[in-house]
Amino acid sequence: MDNIVKVSMADLKMTTPPMKLRTMGLGSCVGIVVYDEKTNDCGMAHIMLPTSKLCKPENLNRAKYADTAIHDLLLNLKKKGAQLSSLKAKIAGGAQMFAYSNSSESMRIGPRNIEAVKEELKINRIPIVSEDVGGKNGRTIEFNSMTFKLEIRTINQEMKVI
Amino acid sequence: MDRKAISEKHLDAFKETANIGAGHAATALSTLLNKPMDMSVPQVDLVPFEEMNERLGGGEAVVVAAFLQVEGDVTGSLFFMLSLDGASSLVQELTSNLEEPLKTPPYSSMALSAFNEVGNILAGSYLSALAEFTKLRLYPTVSQTVVDMAMAIVSHGLIAHSMHSDYALVIDTKMTEKGCDKNKMNGHFFFLPDPKSFQPLLQSLGVQLDG
Repeated sequence: MDNIVKVSMADLKMTTPPMKLRTMGLGSCVGIVVYDEKTNDCGMAHIMLPTSKLCKPENLNRAKYADTAIHDLLLNLKKKGAQLSSLKAKIAGGAQMFAYSNSSESMRIGPRNIEAVKEELKINRIPIVSEDVGGKNGRTIEFNSMTFKLEIRTINQEMKVI
Repeated sequence: MDRKAISEKHLDAFKETANIGAGHAATALSTLLNKPMDMSVPQVDLVPFEEMNERLGGGEAVVVAAFLQVEGDVTGSLFFMLSLDGASSLVQELTSNLEEPLKTPPYSSMALSAFNEVGNILAGSYLSALAEFTKLRLYPTVSQTVVDMAMAIVSHGLIAHSMHSDYALVIDTKMTEKGCDKNKMNGHFFFLPDPKSFQPLLQSLGVQLDG
């Protein structure tokens, strides 16, 4: 268990082999992994909201939003010498745990988070190699920086590897 | 919201209010189950997001949770959570069913629906006590019940917070069966008022936010 880097909610961490990145209990939040296939540098963010645009800049937690978190993941990888062209992404999460009610837009936050993450990755031309998004259930994910495999655990279901 | 704006004095005021709400909810549960229930003095904290998982039992604790939103003068999220075993015993007691309906999947929809009803009743008594005490309007939406990782469920209620801050005001009350040590029915009542509701809530209690 010592080789696990824990990523909390609204958090972003970088690592290299032999470490693994793990985040637990993704509900409507989305876990984003961006990795460099050549150097094995990788990072994971656990975002809660689609955009930082509505937030006041002075108390901005950049890891909380899809746009700023992806920006920082790429910046950190670039600092380590990554070529933009060798970066890949895997994403998971964005469930809708509760039925939609029009009384609250926050009920739809899962799908909106997924959209925002995909859009931001597309703008930066980072291909999404695989994904496990949507649905109704929470997820715990673990990324292996050596194999680039992303393990996904959901209650009452077999573990998925994408 | 600035974390420093909330002091010990404010947390105490929240605690006082929650105590009254929880008292009523515990009474409602006692009546439902026809046995005395105990409740803890509510624990009220500002919990940073990164510590939330530990707070919920850590790891991938799986719970049965009835979730509903609070509307009116004060808005927020309310969760009534039990472990699978706890929820199973609760439903068993309630329906006099000898099987353990929530031990293993597929979960009986009847059992989940019974649990959801308990959630509705408890939330109703919790909120009406709060409303009476504060003279504020507080309405529960109809609750929904899910079985999932505690963290994934509660993070849903944190979305409203996350737009304003990296902390959540957590009002947590434990409910247990009276005089029962090896307690299975170990429920948590989790109230997360939205940040914009702190002011009206405190004001109704005669405490100022900036002072």
